[in-house]
Amino acid sequence: MRVELIKRPQQSALFSAVSPFIALALTLVAGAIMFSLLGKSPLDALYYYFIDPLREVWSLHELAIKAAPLILIAVGLAVCYLSNNWNIGAEGQFIIGAMAGSILPIIFPDFQGWYVLPLMLLMGIAGGAAYGAIPALLKVRFNTNEILTSLMLVYVAQLFLDWMVRGPWRNPEGNNFPETRRFHVDAILPEILPSSGRANLGFVFAILAAIVVWFLVTRTLKGFEVRVLGSSPRAGRFAGFSAKKMVFFAFMLSGGLAGLAGISEVSGAIGQLRPVISPGYGFAAIIVAFLGRLNPLGIIASGLILALTYLGGEAAQISLGLSDKVVRVFQGMLLFFVLGCDTLIHYRVRLVGFGAKPAVEGA
Amino acid sequence: MGAQPGAAAANLLEVRGLTKIFGSLKACDHVDLTVRRGEIHALLGENGAGKSTLVKMLFGSLEPNAGEIFWDGQPVRIASPHAARKLGIGMVFQHFSLFDALTAAENIALSLDDDTPIATIAAKAQALSHSYGLPLDPYALVGDLSVGERQRIEIIRCLLQVPQLIILDEPTSVLTPQEADRLFETLDRLRAEGKSILYISHRLEEVKRMCDSATVLRHGKVVGHCDPRRETASSLARMMVGNDVQAVVREPAEGMDKAPVLLEVKKLSRAPATSFSIPLRDISLGVRAGEVIGIAGVAGNGQGEFFEAVSGEMAQADAASVRIRGKDAGRLSISERRRLGAAFVPEERLGHGAAPRMKLSENLLLSRHATDDKAFIGPGGTIRTGAVDAAAQRIIAAMDVRKSARDPEAAALSGGNLQKFIIGRELDRRPAVMVVNQPTWGVDAGAAAKIRQALIGLARAGSAVLVISQDLDELFEISDAIAVMHNGQLSKPLPIAEATFEKIGLLMGGAEPGHVEPAMEVA
Amino acid sequence: MGIAESILLTIATAATPLLIAALGELVVERSGVLNLGVEGMMVMGAVCGFVAAALTGSPWLGVLAAIVVGALFSLLFGFLTLSVATNQVATGLSLTLLGLGLSGMIGEGFVGQAGQKLPSLYIPGLSDLPLVGRLVFGQDPIFYMSIALTVGIMWFLFRTRAGLTLRSIGDNHASAHALGIPVIAYRYLAVMFGGACAGLAGAHLSLVYTPQWVENMTAGRGWIALALVVFASWRPLRVLAGAYLFGAVTIGQIHVQALGYGIPSQLLSSLPYLATIVVLVLISRNRRLTMMNTPASLGRAFVPDR
Repeated sequence: MRVELIKRPQQSALFSAVSPFIALALTLVAGAIMFSLLGKSPLDALYYYFIDPLREVWSLHELAIKAAPLILIAVGLAVCYLSNNWNIGAEGQFIIGAMAGSILPIIFPDFQGWYVLPLMLLMGIAGGAAYGAIPALLKVRFNTNEILTSLMLVYVAQLFLDWMVRGPWRNPEGNNFPETRRFHVDAILPEILPSSGRANLGFVFAILAAIVVWFLVTRTLKGFEVRVLGSSPRAGRFAGFSAKKMVFFAFMLSGGLAGLAGISEVSGAIGQLRPVISPGYGFAAIIVAFLGRLNPLGIIASGLILALTYLGGEAAQISLGLSDKVVRVFQGMLLFFVLGCDTLIHYRVRLVGFGAKPAVEGA
Repeated sequence: MGAQPGAAAANLLEVRGLTKIFGSLKACDHVDLTVRRGEIHALLGENGAGKSTLVKMLFGSLEPNAGEIFWDGQPVRIASPHAARKLGIGMVFQHFSLFDALTAAENIALSLDDDTPIATIAAKAQALSHSYGLPLDPYALVGDLSVGERQRIEIIRCLLQVPQLIILDEPTSVLTPQEADRLFETLDRLRAEGKSILYISHRLEEVKRMCDSATVLRHGKVVGHCDPRRETASSLARMMVGNDVQAVVREPAEGMDKAPVLLEVKKLSRAPATSFSIPLRDISLGVRAGEVIGIAGVAGNGQGEFFEAVSGEMAQADAASVRIRGKDAGRLSISERRRLGAAFVPEERLGHGAAPRMKLSENLLLSRHATDDKAFIGPGGTIRTGAVDAAAQRIIAAMDVRKSARDPEAAALSGGNLQKFIIGRELDRRPAVMVVNQPTWGVDAGAAAKIRQALIGLARAGSAVLVISQDLDELFEISDAIAVMHNGQLSKPLPIAEATFEKIGLLMGGAEPGHVEPAMEVA
Repeated sequence: MGIAESILLTIATAATPLLIAALGELVVERSGVLNLGVEGMMVMGAVCGFVAAALTGSPWLGVLAAIVVGALFSLLFGFLTLSVATNQVATGLSLTLLGLGLSGMIGEGFVGQAGQKLPSLYIPGLSDLPLVGRLVFGQDPIFYMSIALTVGIMWFLFRTRAGLTLRSIGDNHASAHALGIPVIAYRYLAVMFGGACAGLAGAHLSLVYTPQWVENMTAGRGWIALALVVFASWRPLRVLAGAYLFGAVTIGQIHVQALGYGIPSQLLSSLPYLATIVVLVLISRNRRLTMMNTPASLGRAFVPDR
């Protein structure tokens, strides 16, 4: 058997819309098979993964908490990928943003007031953007592959955080635990509806960011520039757009949003810095971006779905004793199916049997 | 190859009812074709008529949906280029199937289906190339070679396979007239050796001169077989196009020397940007309001680099090296040059002049967002979709762009229709200066005539038009003067009244401009 | 055994997995395919090699399992990018994400177990020679494979017709297709070879370097291998040099950590990653040279028309 691709004259509007759903369905089927192989009832497992977390209000709050960083980061990554800049170091930008934003409550715990939080958020954005600017600068100035440099900087950021939290920033009253002092109340991101759950303003930021970036990409000249430079760089140069400036724009925008996600996470859900502050949001956001077909509004939905797998993973671990490692397998499979299904947008797919064509050679 | 005539018929190749369908398009529709031994058979047709599809099926790179192929009287299925070579079919591709990073000998080795050592191949290739008078360095990197030399490698590679049928796809489109003459000599000799040649072209004069018989394709169907020597160029053209092609009308420009110079290039030099690109050397040229200047030259002699420098895709250090409407533009970006009144059309349509996966309206914005920002861009950098869309539809109507949807993606259009849109997009602005690279490359005759007429019209309305082209017929049709680019240098423009194919051809081949005296035309 | 000898030995041990993984990727990239899934294939090789060795009691079967799993796992990437024409960058990334997830799940029950160690070569007499004895005659079998692979790949790429064909596909897949070269088939084989190499490199980590299974134990080595290929301008001998350079950096920082000096261990641990960035900057700075060395169709999807 052989797969044959026939180019469509136009992108298929139908498959543009349904391909993420086909991918989701295929992932569910593959997941069900995987659960059976692990000796669990697939229906039970899928129930705990995708239904159970949605049954209670507090749990929906948790969903929002998990979805917020995923959406924030993925929206920025979408701009990167649309403009053909491969930032895969969002995890590092998330960490540096979180650290930059934490400077105030950690080093100046006596500096208090309503203005502390906005300052922290701005510093978080600035930190993430600055860290994102490094691979951008290297790409523009030295022609260095941004995929590799942005990823290497993730390891560097993780080690840097580890060092700071165990060393200079360790809580002096913390019994030698590797964590910073807890943030004071002015440095904590407020909750949206404190009566029903923990969800904080981070989710509001995520939705706002998605809407603003969606408007930018689809309605403005800047967004047009992003799409042209990404899909045909030569045409972009002909249009008079600067590919170099775009590298900085994309990396700093996504770095800034990742930084905002970072500071929102530590000032919201965690309340202090620890050696590990992200369960791989920066990488999962890559999946979110593609599942949302690089459309910021689609990313809101896909961010919620990925967040659900995190919660579902916890639920399944408690109820069925399923390993929490399963979540990442699930997410990895999802990205595979999403990429595969996207082909349907540009090509018609035909399966051809080998037997149909005896190879006749010569006379 | 043991097949000797006697048992076999005089027909080396016979094709019956060959059909190839892409989606809903019948690229070849029941094509019949017969090539006899020892003849040069022309395959004529417009761009998009199905010639390339047909020969790809004969060479095994495409699989027919229906039809039969007889080789030496026997039915055969040609499943791969390997099978085609085994039968004795060789192919010289139009855009070459060569590898820049490999040597000539390695390139040749890749199409020989055995394990002959490279050194042996190099020696054989050199011997063969000498015997045909096509000198070749087997150890040169292909990326460093000129277009003519590359074609030589293709031909030698093909001949080393000892083919009985050689397919040549538009071989002269990349050659100077003199190089083409040498190619014809080689072909004559091959015919004398008893080989058959399938010669694909849309150049009628050379077909009349070289070919023993012809098959004409139009819209994927055979519209006739004929003896080209008994036809006239216009009767052949009628067969190809289906009706009389509207001739391009060019009235001589008057009082040109008093008109202001709108585009001026002064001592433009540029170092090569990559290892395979050409430096520009001290180019000077002026284009006046009302005139069309043509720049001839073999592909890869610096035309692309020149276009980038003039358009501002690459800015220059010297501000005065390019002047547009009297203002220094050398350091300006392409958008700023456009704002001075210039318009540009690059050679490559998909991926340069247009973004393939974007709608025509978006492609309009591509080159007009800076000049028409008042009309197309609203507050906060938002795009006024309605205004852009209306302008796109206006251009589509003005240029008679045929398409399948209201606002299709650029890639969904045929080459000719997309080019009409791209040219129309610039004409719509009434630019004072228009620079076009290869205006009708790969475009059907009807669209080509329309585009050429429009360029002349723009000039006569008072603009300066500069056309870079490898198609000499085209330049002679539309230009008031022709300059030649060779190896990054530009000759002085020759007024059209004094220009001949021979003179221009010699300059294209690198003759010193001063040497083009009438005496040289004897060659 | 002298201290210099033991340092050289550990450098070789640190360099071997990088070398093998990078050589595999070099062949893949020479065919015009960019597989960013090295990290994922490597970690899959590590876990499957460890598990197979633990279950069968034979480290050799572990090595075999790692190679087979690496090749099979790369087929996922191969199918998507070659048969379904997906974006190579995104697909390679997803292979890495999936590999990291799957390996965690597979190895969950084996964390902390003492593993099988692949025995080093020992030739009485020769291995005891001073200075060179252990270096030349006393290393682990995978070390010898890495050297054989370097030589073998050089011979294949530059001395055989199949190697020439592979390079031609990397240079211009459209031309290769027009000549009747089976572009997709060659690329499938190259991708699987790269996967097998990454799997073997992973097995070296879990069966030789540190004979145990730790989650994410590749720790970015797959990515460093990718950088090595660029650093080496797609030439096998330079990959060898680069891998040993990185081996030296890794071992050097470990020795400095052991000695103390008050330098934060995290800073030292980040040296290999920072070195990767520095090396990439140095090598990519010359745009023209990079362009000449890079296989021209690298990373571009190819859909043959039929």
